[in-house]
Amino acid sequence: MQFMLLFSRQGKLRLQKWYVPLSDKEKKKITRELVQTVLARKPKMCSFLEWRDLKIVYKRYASLYFCCAIEDQDNELITLEIIHRYVELLDKYFGSVCELDIIFNFEKAYFILDEFLLGGEVQETSKKNVLKAIEQADLLQEKTEYHSKSFIGFKKAY
Amino acid sequence: MGTLCTGTGSWPNCSTSTCWATPPTLDSDLSQGIQPVQGLALCTLSTMGSAEMCRDLAPEVEKLLLQPSPYVRKKAILTAVHMIRKVPELSSVFLPPCVHLLHERHHGILLGTITLITELCERSPAALRHFRKVVPQLVQILRTLVTTGYSTEHSISGVSDPFLQVQILHLLRILGRNHEESSETMNDLLAQVATNTDTSRNAGNAVLFETVLTIMDIHSAAGLRVLAVNILGRFLLNSDRNIRYVALTSLLRLVQSDHSAVQRHRPTVVDCLQETDASLSRRALELSLALVNSSNVRAMMQELQAFLESCPPDLRADCASGILLAAERFAPTKRWHIDTILHVLTTAGAHVRDDAVANLTQLIGGAQELHAYSVHRLYNALAEDISQQPLVQVAAWCIGEYGDLLLEGNCEEIEPLQVDEEEVLALLEKVLQSHMSLPATRGYALTALMKLSTRLQGDNNRIRQVVSIYRSCLDVELQQRAVEYDTLFRKYDHMRAAILEKMPLVERDGPQADEEAKQSKEAAQLSEAAPAPTEPQASQLLDLLDLLDGASGDAQHLPPLDPSPGVALVYLLDLPCAPPPPAPIPDLKVFEREGVQLNLSFIRPPENPALLLITITATNSSEGDVTNFICQAAVPKSLQLQLQAPSGNTVPAQGGLPITQLFRILNPNKAPLRLKLRLTYNHFHQSVQEIFEVNNLPVESWQ
Repeated sequence: MQFMLLFSRQGKLRLQKWYVPLSDKEKKKITRELVQTVLARKPKMCSFLEWRDLKIVYKRYASLYFCCAIEDQDNELITLEIIHRYVELLDKYFGSVCELDIIFNFEKAYFILDEFLLGGEVQETSKKNVLKAIEQADLLQEKTEYHSKSFIGFKKAY
Repeated sequence: MGTLCTGTGSWPNCSTSTCWATPPTLDSDLSQGIQPVQGLALCTLSTMGSAEMCRDLAPEVEKLLLQPSPYVRKKAILTAVHMIRKVPELSSVFLPPCVHLLHERHHGILLGTITLITELCERSPAALRHFRKVVPQLVQILRTLVTTGYSTEHSISGVSDPFLQVQILHLLRILGRNHEESSETMNDLLAQVATNTDTSRNAGNAVLFETVLTIMDIHSAAGLRVLAVNILGRFLLNSDRNIRYVALTSLLRLVQSDHSAVQRHRPTVVDCLQETDASLSRRALELSLALVNSSNVRAMMQELQAFLESCPPDLRADCASGILLAAERFAPTKRWHIDTILHVLTTAGAHVRDDAVANLTQLIGGAQELHAYSVHRLYNALAEDISQQPLVQVAAWCIGEYGDLLLEGNCEEIEPLQVDEEEVLALLEKVLQSHMSLPATRGYALTALMKLSTRLQGDNNRIRQVVSIYRSCLDVELQQRAVEYDTLFRKYDHMRAAILEKMPLVERDGPQADEEAKQSKEAAQLSEAAPAPTEPQASQLLDLLDLLDGASGDAQHLPPLDPSPGVALVYLLDLPCAPPPPAPIPDLKVFEREGVQLNLSFIRPPENPALLLITITATNSSEGDVTNFICQAAVPKSLQLQLQAPSGNTVPAQGGLPITQLFRILNPNKAPLRLKLRLTYNHFHQSVQEIFEVNNLPVESWQ
């Protein structure tokens, strides 16, 4: 996979993960063009389209478009499964995920993605393992926050 | 923990300064042994590791490959994939652990390993050869996956770990390509996967699709290939649009190599033409066109023409040109071919390619038995609709050429139609005047009218009137034609019938005919003393006659008719060929006496190597005139000498007008030239006589 974009029906970008090195300007240009192209598609059209020299696989979940760019030799149907798995992971984590969850907790969304895909390839096919890893990272974060919070508190009390 | 902030992928770009800052931190993070930290470090590295970073940190990553914890190992493996992509030389570092890693049971590690092996094989043929030996192991892994039952952790809708299955199939494809032995090892397994995978949901179809791709790419048994094509055929009937899309795309790739297998699914493919989704119907169109062959051409053309009538506008051009191409290749009869082209022109005339008109006129011109039929049909089509430009152009040309057949009215193949002369002329005039007609179309119509002046029985007043009107047309091209035609009526009426005769069949090679037309056009512009073209005169003559017979394609113009065409033709014949000029022979001063000088200049015309032309020039720089100047010459017996009359016999004093005289010497045997000159003249009231042999004759004058 070369990159994944998440954007709303109004064209606002919610998430972008790039697995190829590109300059900022290029990324913006690609994003703009692709968002326009995908939003122009009618609802009954198929999920695949050819854009530049890449294959684009997209799927709409509620108000969000999940859009992946894959290379010529990649399997489009399995990419649809990848997108679906990611949505399932988000759903499990946030509990009935909606766009707002992703807007306000985008760093978590990225974290979940990073536990599922690495360098553009699937790293873990077990939903359980991915969610476990995220849980552990959450615990670690809480511990750190707790420590820093209690330290401040201690200082204040003193 | 320094990597926490960089690790989360929301970092928008990788500026070089950041990258420089992180390696020391990454290094320590990787080696510290705290799993989450290591995980984050690997994530950062795999997402934005530059080449330098990869090189520096490769050893660390290698160490992590062998760690006990699967959490870190799976990430390390995929980081290695990224590193190899950035720095291909690192392949040697990461190749050895692979075979060992294949024995792991953890799906994440297995998946990563297979991805790594795929990357290694794609980059190096040596690695490819090395990994062929793991084919049996891969087959075993996949077989276990397929035959084990449902596993809550990894299954998706009844298919065990489709991600892993697809990855294994992809690797098998790369390993089995062009390798008999490996292909054979996989055959059974592929058949098993192809038949046993549950296809009710997308996951199963994804695995099946990958299987089909693998089967088609390796050396599989014929039966297996047919099975694969049939699976694709089944996909075409699937209600899921995405599945139909991948089926059409794959079949398009296979149609060249497995034509007969794909042919079996032709009806389904043709049904897909009705798809509402444009990308699907486009693929269906391409596939349908690829499937046309001589046995199904009539049926297919019917379907395609029906499609042409209803298809979305952006597909029209492709469909039209596809139909025309297929018709050209597989037309069963000429009449069918003409009918097909006619239909395409009426339905999608605006979208056909430019050469369709030329092709059709060529086709009609060549089918003599169909002239009457063609002209009738075209006339009817034109009467109905004069807006489709290619159709109008062809119809106008046809009516012009075969107007007599149109008026005869009897044609076996269609209902007899009584066509009136006036009607025909009215129709052509309508085309001429219509604002929808392109300038080229109007040119066609005007020429057609002109041709009809010889084909029709009635008088030509109406035609003459029209031609006359267009003499002042604003369009220069039309104006030129009208003027020429008008001149033809007025001054060269006797030649009109010959000039407007039926055209001979134009050569099929378009560009070449244009070239010749252009060159003969240049030759015909005789008003200025044009340098002679190097073509043989005979073909130029022929081209000129062809042009006079009337325009066919857009490229040919009528040349401006010179006032006396007869003279023009003769002139054409007289133009000498222009050979490359030979190196000039230097002049020779042969005589000088009291200011009277005699010079010889030599010319060897290249078209006649035996001929030598010598021009003698007598000049007088003295105070007294030279009068009664006579020059005689003698040459050896083997040569022939011809003296032409001198320009005069007086050379006035002080550089007056010199006398020139031409000698023609024929020297077919190339004998050495010897020249004796005898001069007699009066100078300073004395008669002078000089006899001498010319010395130092240049060798080039006779060799």
